[in-house]
Amino acid sequence: MATHFLGDTVVLTGRTMRHVTRSLDTIITTAITPIVMMLLFAYVFGGAIDTGPVSYVTYMLPGILLITIASGIAYTALRLMMDMQGGLFERFQSMPIARSSVLWAHVLTSLAANVISLVVVVGVALLMGFRSGAGLPAWLGVAGILVLFTLALTWLAVIAGLTAKSVDGGSAFSYPLVFLPFISSAFVPTDTMPGPVRAFAEHQPVTSIVNTIRDLLTRQPVGTEIWTALAWCAGILVVAYIFAGIAYRRRIS
Amino acid sequence: MTLRQPFMLAGMSIPPATDQAQGPAIHVQGLEKAYKELRVLRGVDFEVARGSIFALLGSNGAGKTTVVKILSTLLKADAGAARVNGFDVVTEAAGVRESISLTGQFAAVDGILSGRENLVLIARLWHLKDPGGIADELLRRFALTEAGNRKVATYSGGMRRRLDIAMSLVGNPPVIFLDEPTAGLDPQARAEVWQAVKELAQGGTTVLLTTQYLDEAEQFADRIAILHEGRIIVNGTLAELKQLLPPAKVEYVEKQPSLEDVFFAVVGHAGEDDKE
Repeated sequence: MATHFLGDTVVLTGRTMRHVTRSLDTIITTAITPIVMMLLFAYVFGGAIDTGPVSYVTYMLPGILLITIASGIAYTALRLMMDMQGGLFERFQSMPIARSSVLWAHVLTSLAANVISLVVVVGVALLMGFRSGAGLPAWLGVAGILVLFTLALTWLAVIAGLTAKSVDGGSAFSYPLVFLPFISSAFVPTDTMPGPVRAFAEHQPVTSIVNTIRDLLTRQPVGTEIWTALAWCAGILVVAYIFAGIAYRRRIS
Repeated sequence: MTLRQPFMLAGMSIPPATDQAQGPAIHVQGLEKAYKELRVLRGVDFEVARGSIFALLGSNGAGKTTVVKILSTLLKADAGAARVNGFDVVTEAAGVRESISLTGQFAAVDGILSGRENLVLIARLWHLKDPGGIADELLRRFALTEAGNRKVATYSGGMRRRLDIAMSLVGNPPVIFLDEPTAGLDPQARAEVWQAVKELAQGGTTVLLTTQYLDEAEQFADRIAILHEGRIIVNGTLAELKQLLPPAKVEYVEKQPSLEDVFFAVVGHAGEDDKE
């Protein structure tokens, strides 16, 4: 059965990708919230925020990208949930295919859909004046971290999609993730925040990820924060993957 | 297992490589299943001969779906044993999945894909050659050629069910489970499904059908079993079942048309009007 895992995953990913490309509104909805936030912060609040020599659009882009991913994975949970409710899921389970292919198809589709949304948001940021002198290695680093972050949140979304009882529950889990960047270094430097808030902001995953991406884009040395960022992403990924596996086995047995 | 020799996959007309010619297609012994306190199955025994249609009757909640889920490897029984096409449903689940297809109570189709894409998807998951050709052939057989490129979300209930059954035929599995295939359908759509099941039986496929419509069992089934309070209380051919009752009395009654007769007389005979 394992020999068919790759082939089956490719076929099933083709199916879920069609769900994305035939409802492009989900891509637009995913991208529109971060774009509106970007406009709001750049042209309303941004003037009052001092970010030194870096333009404000460039400063906040890393945080905006994380918000894009956090809102994108809500659809991953939703698509998985809808699949589990219909009879098609049982048909797949009764067929001679690799059973985990069904989940991996959703994970790969989530990755692809998020990449599309991220490209759209970066495109809008370029129109708004985002510029980066980063070279290819730095851009690859940024892409790598974003992919890792997407995978980590996608496996969280898989848990939500497998266990949620309703559509609301299936997407509500993403709200805290969308708001996490606001209490981080994503929009304002953390040293202006009062003590406890600052302590939280500086020790939650988003700050290290945002700082690393920002340093890469602005050609600053990344320092040790990149290891903190990677550890957060890998840690969330592993824990979410294990719990998603448990939820999946409980669901199919 | 050498289940996937390439020459066996050339087309749908070749019997599946898993065909184990000996013994009954389905053998169930002492099956028990409880959901917490509720004992749904309390020792179910039956056999289904190869190439026959077996109807499992029972009211809502009698455990028909539980039996089908255990036989299709979706659920594990608490006790008892079941073999499908010679494979044990627990220890040889992979062999069972190679031998069956399941049409559950809710149409197992993808509403966002077209009918043809649904069939191609299943054919590719069976690792068959020429998925497109198989899809076109099945669309034709089930009178869905015209609707083939339309999104399934736009199909009527009967069309969805027909597509559902067509998808179950991909890969030509020797055993097919139809769990309440006509539940919630209007009379016309029911007739369409009946037509499809009849075609299946003619092809030599073993069919296990669950239903709560008695006329459905009467129409097709070679054998009928009644599942009641977790056990099979009756199992036999229609003729045998009828002998359980006192001999028929001869009475003269003026035959009034049933509402179903009227319905079909008015709308034209169902299941045929959209075939050539």
